Amino acid sequence: MATTGVGAPETSLTNEQLLEMLRRMLRIRLFDGRAVELQKTGLLPGPIHTSIGHEGAIVGACMALDDEDYMTGYHRSHGHPIGKGSPLGPLMAELLGKSGGICRGKGGSLHLADTSVGSLGESGIVGAGLPIAVGAGLSAKMRGTDRVALSFFGDGAANAGPFHESLNLAAIWQVPTIFFCENNGYAVSFSIKEAMAVETVAERAAAYGMPSARVDGQDLLAVHAAVSEAVERARAGGGPTLIEARTYRFREHAELMSSRSYRSPEEVEHWTTARDPIASFRLELERRGTATDEELSRLEEAIAAEVDEAERFAKESPLPEPDEAFDHIFAQPITVRGVK
Amino acid sequence: MTATSRVTYLEAHLGAIAAEMRRDPSVFFMGQDLRSDVYGPFPSDDFSAERVRSLPISENGFVGAGVGAAMTGLRPVIDITFSNFLYSAMDQVVNQAAKLRYMTGGQVKIPLVILASMFYGGAQAAHHADRNIAPFANTPGLKIAVPSTPHDVKGLTTTAIREDDPVLIFKDGNLFGNREEIPDDDYAIPFGVADVKREGTDVTVVAIAGAVRLALQAAKKLERDGISVEVVDPRTIVPLDMDTINASVQKTGRVVVVDPAPLTCSVGSELAATITEEQFWHLKAAPIRVAAPDVPFPFSPPLERRVMVNADDVTKAVRRAAAEKPTRNA
Repeated sequence: MATTGVGAPETSLTNEQLLEMLRRMLRIRLFDGRAVELQKTGLLPGPIHTSIGHEGAIVGACMALDDEDYMTGYHRSHGHPIGKGSPLGPLMAELLGKSGGICRGKGGSLHLADTSVGSLGESGIVGAGLPIAVGAGLSAKMRGTDRVALSFFGDGAANAGPFHESLNLAAIWQVPTIFFCENNGYAVSFSIKEAMAVETVAERAAAYGMPSARVDGQDLLAVHAAVSEAVERARAGGGPTLIEARTYRFREHAELMSSRSYRSPEEVEHWTTARDPIASFRLELERRGTATDEELSRLEEAIAAEVDEAERFAKESPLPEPDEAFDHIFAQPITVRGVK
Repeated sequence: MTATSRVTYLEAHLGAIAAEMRRDPSVFFMGQDLRSDVYGPFPSDDFSAERVRSLPISENGFVGAGVGAAMTGLRPVIDITFSNFLYSAMDQVVNQAAKLRYMTGGQVKIPLVILASMFYGGAQAAHHADRNIAPFANTPGLKIAVPSTPHDVKGLTTTAIREDDPVLIFKDGNLFGNREEIPDDDYAIPFGVADVKREGTDVTVVAIAGAVRLALQAAKKLERDGISVEVVDPRTIVPLDMDTINASVQKTGRVVVVDPAPLTCSVGSELAATITEEQFWHLKAAPIRVAAPDVPFPFSPPLERRVMVNADDVTKAVRRAAAEKPTRNA
């Protein structure tokens, strides 16, 4: 099963849904752009890994889910909660280590979580979110709900043990879990061509007895169609699906990271210009007559204003009291030993 | 009058799990070979195959699934069986279960119970004989129970399942067959409450897990020699009831800590350090640690006997503690 080609036909989507898709992609891109700027000013402690370039894959997947559905992510972490509909202010405040942060300054960039939109958390440990999404799917099934769980992971995680254990468990349990690989071609600097002896991540699904799909991750509508099909199957009791979305990160693995070059300038140029998921989606909306160029520009300005507001919220949020370090260890707290 | 039965440690433990499953439909039980009773008799047929689930050998995967299920409204109990197998699930136990509540700023709770059995001394060799409580006690975010009797294992298992936090229960394989008369009704033993297993006046022995039995054997023997030993069982390492331990040390002024694990950075070492720090001016003698030497657990029985903590080790240590003359603190 393969779905490719920009703007795969999807007549069932309303104009409002299409515009919301664009809004969410723009939120990711502008939020991440702002995070990069804030890091340079010294206001943002620690590393960040931007989702820029992955917006089509992320939003295509998230918009195929309901608000109630579960999601786990990984270290390239900002896009997933934004794609799932999380408000930007508390996310930005978390990046700045503020008490108004979504995780109250306990997680930071790599570990955003917003359970109010089903986001069970991003992860600094590659592959760790997959088994958790299996468990969320198992729980959804055992509790008799029709929720599904979707796990975002990168091509690097596809070579880690938890990927294989998770796919097998999900398949034998027939849980409503969708494994969504954002294959951007590189695990930090290590090319997938060197990291795998097979061509695709998707073909590994056959070994676990589950259906799979490969899609162009720069084509939001193709991603949305593939994930929607997997979600429908999962809700109907048809079990898990592995989806591989071919995408590209436009920036380095992490900001401020320096390395010997591992991507050719031509390759980067090609993806960042000809394969920009936002630019092509915008053109598609104009082509469909969903909105005029002017309307889309206003929409973009509105998102920029949201990001301004998120930055303001984050900057105005107070830093945590140092003793908040001792909160939230346990739901039923105990005396913390070793407190100075 | 409360009805009681004479049951083994393992029966008391598994009975508590079954009782909690009957009480609370969100509790479910997973483990390798679970429905075949390989690790003890469980009334699997009373429950659906969904709720008593035998597992493939995917420790990281199924512990992670437990974390995800716990975060989304269920209360999984996972038998990892041999405590060595925790290492295969290390990321999910240490990086995920222990930390995700904290790292999400309290957005999630993780009511997950992991059962780990320490089978040492049965010619299992080093891949199946660790007493690896300490590395998990050094991981903030996990609660840790170390039951030493049928009575305690029942009450602590019940509490563990009702807790809203991840709990590791280290079961001591050398205690599985121990029998005791315990109440038939459900009861819960609160975490963080040590139990004085035997009262005494001369020397305090703080012992954990299977070492409690050794301490009680030693105490009986020493009584004949006129040395009165108080045996304190912390019952949970996290949270830790230092109040009860400190009160005993203040009474006796002499303390031996017994832990079946290797010495370096063991829970026993932590207890000895804390007692020294908090009770220095009450001590009449230096605390003594009885622990296994720092070697991988060997296979051949004479080698096992050479490294395993036994009641004689405790007896000797208590005699030393009792005989030591007070010097600087007197």
